[in-house]
Amino acid sequence: MSVLVFAELDNGLIKKSSLEAIYYGSEVAKAKGSSVTVLAIGESSNEALAIAGKYGATKVLWASDARLNIASIQAYSSVLAEAVNATSAEFVILSKSSLGDAVSARVSAKLKASIVSNVVDLPDFSSGVTVKRSIYTGKAFATVALTSDKKVIAIKKNAVNVVEGDGSASVENFAPALNDADFAVKVTGTHKASGQVSLPEADLVVSAGRGLKGPENWGIVEDLANALGAATACSKPVSDLDWRPHHEHVGQTGIKVSPNLYIACGISGAIQHLAGVNSSKVIVVINKDPEAPFFKAADYGIIGDVFDVLPRLTKAIQASK
Amino acid sequence: MKILVCITNVPDTTAKISFIDGDTKFNKTGVQYICGPYDDYALSRAVELKEQHGGTVTVLNVGEAESEQVIRKCLAIGADDAIRVNTEPTDSYFVAEQIAHIASQENYDLILMGRESIDFNSGVVHGLVGEMLGIPSLSPVMKLEIDGGVAKMTREIEGGKEDVEASLPLVLGCQEPIAEWKIPNMRGIMSARTKPLKVVEPVGSGLTITEKYALPAPKGAVKMIPAEEAEKLIDLLKNEAKVL
Ligand SMILES: Cc1cc2nc3c(=O)[nH]c(=O)nc-3n(C[C@H](O)[C@H](O)[C@H](O)COP(=O)(O)OP(=O)(O)OC[C@H]3O[C@@H](n4cnc5c(N)ncnc54)[C@H](O)[C@@H]3O)c2cc1C
Ligand SMILES: Cc1cc2nc3c(=O)[nH]c(=O)nc-3n(C[C@H](O)[C@H](O)[C@H](O)COP(=O)(O)OP(=O)(O)OC[C@H]3O[C@@H](n4cnc5c(N)ncnc54)[C@H](O)[C@@H]3O)c2cc1C
Repeated sequence: MSVLVFAELDNGLIKKSSLEAIYYGSEVAKAKGSSVTVLAIGESSNEALAIAGKYGATKVLWASDARLNIASIQAYSSVLAEAVNATSAEFVILSKSSLGDAVSARVSAKLKASIVSNVVDLPDFSSGVTVKRSIYTGKAFATVALTSDKKVIAIKKNAVNVVEGDGSASVENFAPALNDADFAVKVTGTHKASGQVSLPEADLVVSAGRGLKGPENWGIVEDLANALGAATACSKPVSDLDWRPHHEHVGQTGIKVSPNLYIACGISGAIQHLAGVNSSKVIVVINKDPEAPFFKAADYGIIGDVFDVLPRLTKAIQASK
Repeated sequence: MKILVCITNVPDTTAKISFIDGDTKFNKTGVQYICGPYDDYALSRAVELKEQHGGTVTVLNVGEAESEQVIRKCLAIGADDAIRVNTEPTDSYFVAEQIAHIASQENYDLILMGRESIDFNSGVVHGLVGEMLGIPSLSPVMKLEIDGGVAKMTREIEGGKEDVEASLPLVLGCQEPIAEWKIPNMRGIMSARTKPLKVVEPVGSGLTITEKYALPAPKGAVKMIPAEEAEKLIDLLKNEAKVL
């Protein structure tokens, strides 16, 4: 009855969101009196994977076949299902992401496992297994019972307060049978901005809307984000107008973020925008209109002009370092 | 080309969410229902592909009779016929089982869905259906062209995009800018009334049970900082909110 965590890698390192999933998995294992194994797929190193021990894992299975260097949804799902069987895992834990969604879904279908996504808290074992999940794009929660023998849980960022320990995990080679049919989808090109803080993973986010007037003014947003070490985001009209790339668009129809701090600059706070950011821990709103609806959803507010306030905040952060 | 488009009947994006019966049921009173915005993109692209390549577009919903208004709207937008699986769609796996069951009876070249439902937001039904049918699934797809039996797509990934190619059949979760949302015209609305809408009964049962709902704790009052003292914000974020 062990716990298996699927860890995503980024440049060979376990992603931060996956470290959170490992910690979550270790808490589940603790409650069930069992242990956590991590599955990592793709290029990495023993040292990079042993880090999982700090988050409570005892063992990492590493599938390092070169064919797996490019993430393939089907192949990764097959490898994960094989690892579930090899470890007789009852729980499969992973962090919600576009790869995680696809892999968790296919694994659930392979194993006939209950699947629940957007889980925001540790499971309750008092009667069966129930979890709390976010629904209606953060506007409500549901308590859901998982009734199948095997259970797939995809967690949302900040589902658990991670406490780092000093353990180290043993890393074992995992060589699953690979099936040609699992490589039917061909990736023909990748366009990825490098060196930026990843938005879904970010603890701090600086976001801006139509109040910035045009793409040429984004310098003040980027300066503030850089000073904080934050990711940048934007409202839907901003990406629709091509002022910013589509993958920065947050909201009901964009990326859902739950950082510790979300700073909204020149964004009115339409309900569809709030839907994507309402699970942020602290929200700061900077808007020149005191009636902007966003202030109602904010923890801190500044009624002011972004062209004046943002550069001053950037300076204040630099001065405080 | 035969295309199946799976659509959800969901509360409008501005709907006020509340619950009744001791927080065990969604309160439908006064709620306007729409076709999921991502499902709308899937449908619009399906209709465009039909215009380019010929074929048929079938709309599928797993839901109760109240979904039919939204299904008719999809027919008005350009789908040829519709299937409704008559059941309350209470679980992602259960919904996927219904879709896979229907799809296995016909040879669809494409099964298009939204990237995620806007009520339960799981983003998993496409992957579940792909695996149940033993075909690839991809999401979120922002661009889709069909060339012979091959789909050329652009998919959003964290921090960017990737170009992918795969042979049909495929299950895809769609998002903007894959197509422009279409608005039904008068002729479409008239013809939708007589297009076939088949109602079938569900198979199998779900693997989760939703027991209770809750609303988030109300937000405390906002603390305003005068613009002249904007710099104070940094101190508050550090020492009061402790997020820096
Ligand atoms: C189905 C549907 C889905 C949607 N999904 C999303 C979504 O996912 N994400 C999203 O963001 N939107 C979404 N929208 C759109 C949403 O309704 C709003 O139109 C949008 O969020 C507004 O963007 P904005 O706040 O940048 O622009 P505006 O509403 O135009 O607001 C600009 C704000 O900037 C302020 N401002 C102007 N100049 C300054 C200045 N110099 N200094 C300070 N403040 C200034 C103004 O007071 C105003 O409040 C969706 C809409 C629909 C119908
Ligand atoms: C009255 C009512 C009660 C409900 N109760 C529950 C509940 O208790 N628990 C629960 O999980 N869900 C419930 N839902 C169902 C919910 O609306 C979702 O449709 C369903 O659960 C799938 O959600 P998901 O987040 O997994 O979909 P996602 O994986 O996010 O959906 C991706 C795509 O799959 C397709 N799809 C999803 N659902 C359907 C569908 N029903 N018909 C056709 N295509 C679909 C769409 O194209 C969608 O864009 C209820 C719905 C209604 C109307």
